[in-house]
This record gives sequence, C-alpha cells and structure tokens, in this order.
Amino acid sequence: MLSTPMSADPLGRQVAAPILSVRELCVDFKLEHGIVRAVDGVSFDVRRGEVLGIVGESGSGKSQILMAAMGLTAVNGKCSGSVTFEGREILNASPEKLDKIRGSSMSMIFQDPMTSLNPYMRVQDQLAEVLTAHQGKSRKEAIDLAVEMLERVRIPDAARRISLYPHEFSGGMRQRVMIAMALLCRPALLFADEPTTALDVTVQAQILDLLSNLVRDLNAAVVIVTHDLGVIARMCDRVMVLYGGRVMEEAAIDDLFEAPRHPYSQGLMAATPRLDDDVAHDLRTIPGAPRALMGKIGGCPFAPRCERRVERCTVETPALLRGAGGRAAACHLVMP
Amino acid sequence: MSEALLSVKDLKVHFPLGKGLLGGAGGVVKAVDGISFDLRPGETLGIVGESGCGKSTLGRAILRLTRTTEGQVVWLGQDFLGLDKNSLREARRDLQIIFQDPLASLDPRMTIGAIIARPLKTFCPDLGKAEIDKRVKEAMAQVGLAPEMMRRYPHEFSGGQCQRIGIARAMILRPKLIVCDEPVSALDVSIQAQIINLLRKLQAELGLSLLFISHNLSVVRHISHRVMVLYLGKVMEIGAREAFYANPMHPYSKALISAIPLPDPKAERARERITLQGDLPSPIKPPEGCRFCTRCPIATDLCHASEPPLSPRADGRLVACHHA
Repeated sequence: MLSTPMSADPLGRQVAAPILSVRELCVDFKLEHGIVRAVDGVSFDVRRGEVLGIVGESGSGKSQILMAAMGLTAVNGKCSGSVTFEGREILNASPEKLDKIRGSSMSMIFQDPMTSLNPYMRVQDQLAEVLTAHQGKSRKEAIDLAVEMLERVRIPDAARRISLYPHEFSGGMRQRVMIAMALLCRPALLFADEPTTALDVTVQAQILDLLSNLVRDLNAAVVIVTHDLGVIARMCDRVMVLYGGRVMEEAAIDDLFEAPRHPYSQGLMAATPRLDDDVAHDLRTIPGAPRALMGKIGGCPFAPRCERRVERCTVETPALLRGAGGRAAACHLVMP
Repeated sequence: MSEALLSVKDLKVHFPLGKGLLGGAGGVVKAVDGISFDLRPGETLGIVGESGCGKSTLGRAILRLTRTTEGQVVWLGQDFLGLDKNSLREARRDLQIIFQDPLASLDPRMTIGAIIARPLKTFCPDLGKAEIDKRVKEAMAQVGLAPEMMRRYPHEFSGGQCQRIGIARAMILRPKLIVCDEPVSALDVSIQAQIINLLRKLQAELGLSLLFISHNLSVVRHISHRVMVLYLGKVMEIGAREAFYANPMHPYSKALISAIPLPDPKAERARERITLQGDLPSPIKPPEGCRFCTRCPIATDLCHASEPPLSPRADGRLVACHHA
C-alpha cells in the first residue's frame, strides 16, 4: 500500500491528509424561471477509513454534492468552488481526466439499481468492464474477479448468475450487484446516495452490514447521503446536517445524536418516530415545508420554519462556526 | 369488546399469471392467502410487512377495488362482497382511502376545492353550492389547509399539502373507516410527523377506524392500537401495540423490528441484531409448510412439513409459529 500523506490538524497533531476536500462548493441550476442554487458554499474533508454521513430532506442539496464531486452534474448545472481528490482538483475536470479516477479510485452507489445498471448488458459485461477499462485486466481475469466479488456480496450461485441481465435479479440482489460493481476496483473513496432507501428493511439490514464490512476491509473513505437518521447512526463516524443547500451542523456521530445544537437538527430528530419514544403524545413537528430554492438566499435558509427565529436570522446568513471537538454549527443563536 | 365494524374472514386474492405472448410460465400469485381479522369502531390497525406481503392488495380487496378470490368481508353486519351495485355505492360513503403518492392521486385539471367536493357531489347531489363550499372549507380547515386556497390546482402544493388534500377528500363524508395505504412513505421526515399527528387528531376527534398500511414499523407504532404482521400473503402475528413492540413473538416480527436502524448510535452499537439471510421467496411458489421457513433462524423439519395455524397466546395475541 502507498504511504498516506500526513498533515497537521488544528491542534498541531499529525493526521492523515484528507483524501477528499470540498471547499465552498456551490451548484446552480438554470431553470425556465430563473437560477436555483442547490448547494450553497459547502466545505468538508473525508479521510481514509472514515464514514461521513450527509443527512437532509428533499431539496437540501445532499445528492448534488456527490454528483458535483463525481462530475455528474446535469447539463443545466454549474459548479463552483473546489473539490480535490488526493490533492488534485477534480471539480469541472474534463470527462477524460475524470474517467481515470471514476471507477478506479472513486466510485458511487446509486439509490435505484434498475436505472443505474444497463438493462441491455449482462451483469458480467458491466462488471468486467470496470476492470478491463481501468486496470487492463483480460476479460477472463476480470470475470473471475467479478464472480469473486459477487460471492463477497453474497449473491448465491454467482458463477451462473453473472451471465444474467439486471431485470432477472430481485431488488436486493440488484443493489448487491451495484455494490459489487462500485467496490470491484477497490476504490479509495466511495460515494453512496441513499444506498438502501429502495429496499425492504430486512434486506436493508443485510446490505448495511455488507457495506460496512467491505469498506472496513478496503479502508476506504465513504460519504453516505441519506434522509434516514437510523442509517446515519448505524454507519457513520461523522455527520453533516444539510438544509437549503447549506450545512447547518457538523459533528461526530455521538455528539450530534446526544446533543444536537442547531434548531433544525433538533427538529429533525424530534420529528423522527422511534421504537422507544413516548407514543401518548404527538410527534414534534417542524412547521411549514422545505422551501423552493429560488434566487438569492437572504438570511438563514431555515429561518422561515425556525421557532427560535429572531430578526437577524432573516437578513444575515449565519456562517458555519467551528468549535471544539470538531463540532460546527451555522446559527446566530447557538455556539458550536 | 364492542361489536366489530369490519370483519375479514379467510380472505384470498389470487392473481392468475397469463401465459402471455412470450410464453410465461403461468401460475398464480397468491397475494393474499387466507387473512382474517376484526376491526372495532375507533380502532387503528397497523398492517405491516415488506414488499409483496399483500398489505396493499388486502386494503384494496376490502374496499372491492380488487376482485376477491375467496372469503368474506363483513361490514356493519352486511356481506360487503355480496352487495349489489346500488347497495355497494351507498355503503362506500362510509369507506374511504388515502393513497401513497399524494400528487398522483389528485386530478391535475381540477381545483382542490372541486377535488375535495367531489365525494359530496356524488353522494349528496341535493346540496346547494353554498353548502358544499361551506363544508369544503370546514374540511380544509380541519386538515390544516387555508380555505382561501380552494381555487388552486394540485401542482401548486407540496407533497405534504397534497396529502392533506387527499385526507380532506377522504374525510368530507364523515366515513367510518379510512384505508391509509402508505400515506406518509413519500414524505420528508418533518412533514411525515405533521401527517401522522393529523391522522391521530382526526381519529381521536371523530372516532374513525383506520387500516394503516405501512412498511415502517416506527411510524405504525405511533398511530396503531393493534399491529398485524404479514408475510407472503399470510398473517404471522397480530396483537396489541404495547405487547407487540415490547415482545414480538414471531421470529419474523422479531427480525423486522431488529432490522430497523435506530436513530441512536449508542443503542445501535449495543444491540444484538437478527439479520435474515436471503430475499423474499417468490409469491408464485411460496415455500411449503411455514412460509417463513426458508429465512427463519429457528426453523426445524416441522416448519418445512406443516404450516403453523394462527393460534392464540396468553396475552390475547395470535401468532402463527410452531416454536414461538
């Protein structure tokens, strides 16, 4: 294995340099009726062996962060800021340059396997392509490795099934095929966009187990995007809470769940039904609905729904302030 | 125990598979395969299970939106499946449904006022325009929609608001039973909580009965008095909420609850998890014996040989397992 480059943390300790650094990432979409800012100044780092969760509701911009990093932003989208992978800038890089990284050092698991696997190609051809294109393996070698990977994601009878088409697999199996495809080249960085949202809960449990074991073996850096706080609690080391394209709060997993500080994080947790809370009372809700992101954002994006809103919140956008223990929050009323 | 509002007896819904142009294998999908339960007035029964367990088909079959193969649905003492066209139409005033996809269940060319008024116009053709308007506005206020919005169209509303429109439409005739088919699955967490609270409020205020169909056991816990667990068209367990969640008895119920990731990292790390192996078997060829035997961690030869009956346990719940 290559030696990992080191850098100093804010306290001067030597830590592994981040494999992925995102700085002031903005993603704008040009629509018929104007420009929508989906991601608004998001910054974070991920290191090898670390699982970062990004949690948010629809329209929070969580998936668009991954799409921008993968160079998959839709044609009407424009990205600005910086995304570096192993120190090299990859934001807005040419497809040729990205293709050297995508599928070899960096890969992605999508929410819906049926729309991300090619329905016209046998699974063996889709899997083998990863290795023949990126690692110069022969087709025979590639298929052998692909069968091995399918066995690792526990597809029964993998040697026979690999010659089937995606529609011949069940939903859980297809998701496992996608995981196998994403991990086949042993990526250093893995993005997972709602990897288990389309699955039944017992199958989700299998896939989450599998995913955590495989990424631990690879010592990969992982970014998981989800709306499910349970998946975050289960999988992640650190979490970023997103609302209206901006980071509301960032913290180590236990810190966030023990004491969420941002009013939005607090609201999100209180609104999530649990298996151990009091059912005699209503769930706490967040009034209103996520707003459409139109035009320039003035003030905190959460202000219209925030019960603790003061006048300042509607005119001045709070900066993400970093505090002790890796905690950060963007709110005029709370200290990180 | 009060008289049952709805009594479902050994209901079966089988879908024959055509051979088709491409020469499919034929066969029968036993989507619902002998389900029985009672629902009391003012009670919410949560119906849970994974995809293909038959929970939505069951809800639709009870309303006669899907043809039933065998069995009985007794509604207010009447044989509901035997009702002729006119009596069925009359009985349906009291039976409503809320769908999973809030936008798709609203006609895009109708104003929401017209959508909510539709059941009234159908069932009370003598009502004047002013009276209809008044009742629509009342229904809108009841579900938390501003009555001024009645001239707008569905696409102008968010998912949560569309679900409120669907609920107002279901409520306007003051039905006795609403079948809620995954009513919050398409909604964001913060909106989901609003809709769960709304359904709880309406149920308590109006004494409605709900059949609440969902794959989400945490949501079901917040709204149901009793819970029924389905697997491949059969009931695995049915019992009161507290007892069920405190001590699920059927191995499938245990696995379902254990599979839910808890929004609590410390509890997540500490808990022992039962992870089921494999996927759901095909409903065309369900396993012999107990349907759950191919994935059950405690299955024995007996389970492969004979199907366990749904039998009563000490605390009044029913469980279909040889070993629970």
